[in-house]
Amino acid sequence: MSAAQHTAHAGHDHHDDHGDHHGDVGPHSSLRDYTIGFVLSVILTAIPFWLVMAKVIADRNTAVLVLGAFAVVQILVHMVYFLHMNGKVEGGWTMLSTIFTVVFVAIAIAGTLWVMFHMNANMMPGHPTPTPPTHEAPGHSTP
Amino acid sequence: MSDIRYTPGAAGAASAALPLRQYHPAHEPHPENGTALGFWLYLMSDCLIFAALFATYGVLGRSYAAGPTGAQLFDLTLVAINTAFLLLSSITFGFAMLRKQQNDVKGTLVWLAVTGFFGLCFLGLELYEFAHLIHQGATPQRSAFLSAFFTLVGTHGLHVTFGLIWLVVLMVQIGKHGLIHENKRRLMCLSMFWHFLDVVWIGVFTFVYLMGVL
Repeated sequence: MSAAQHTAHAGHDHHDDHGDHHGDVGPHSSLRDYTIGFVLSVILTAIPFWLVMAKVIADRNTAVLVLGAFAVVQILVHMVYFLHMNGKVEGGWTMLSTIFTVVFVAIAIAGTLWVMFHMNANMMPGHPTPTPPTHEAPGHSTP
Repeated sequence: MSDIRYTPGAAGAASAALPLRQYHPAHEPHPENGTALGFWLYLMSDCLIFAALFATYGVLGRSYAAGPTGAQLFDLTLVAINTAFLLLSSITFGFAMLRKQQNDVKGTLVWLAVTGFFGLCFLGLELYEFAHLIHQGATPQRSAFLSAFFTLVGTHGLHVTFGLIWLVVLMVQIGKHGLIHENKRRLMCLSMFWHFLDVVWIGVFTFVYLMGVL
């Protein structure tokens, strides 16, 4: 791309395209991307902190869900605007490995919590060990 | 003679022209930017480490052993300031990357220095918090909750520490050699690493601190 073309584009395009392939590595970023990402993440950080510090939501479960939702949205914002994620980088392999990791992380965390809290509930001291219903009949029935 | 396989047309000429350790003859297809994908895969595996630590914290986070709870220990104002430091360091790293695209060595170094400053502030505040907790008797040995807390937050802090060391080393290299192709590649990797740490911190302040005081 010639210098004249470049200056013509710079007015609206925030110099995110140089045209030279080997002079630069990695995805091209723009001031616009970083600014949008920063503003969004400030908002998405400030709201959860305000919710908790001002004790806006009384119900704990609702609060956990809302905070979790804010975290997920903010992680997506960071992925798109700071890490420049999209389906086209590296022919889609970056996206594929990320999806794999997200699925793995979800199974690992959700699975761990699920199993361990079930164990907790069943192993609580003083809690009667659950017995199969077939043995609950009084008296023994030997054949 | 193994070079013959790559260039069946001009075997003799190619084996003379190609050095023995050149793995990518020019006409062979190879990824333009394989480093980015490789480094991304490393980050994803790092993600799995954090997943294990988050899961551990999720299981043990309420096992106080009659010790102090998160609501008693955590100072959210401090965490909010810390989050601001890390977020600011993310955008200043972005500015450094923009200066890099303009081949502006001085501008890149200035913004990297600002990033390092915010990173150092983050680390300093986190160490202050840890020291404060330990001084209060809330050591990692006190309860399962505190063990899990120190392991998770400490691992993140350790990543930031290594990121800072990398940042300083890279600044020296850029100062010495300028924005050559290799340094740009390294800068791209560090940028991914730094933004990734910010993503992990979102999880930490949400699941550990905010949900911890509920």
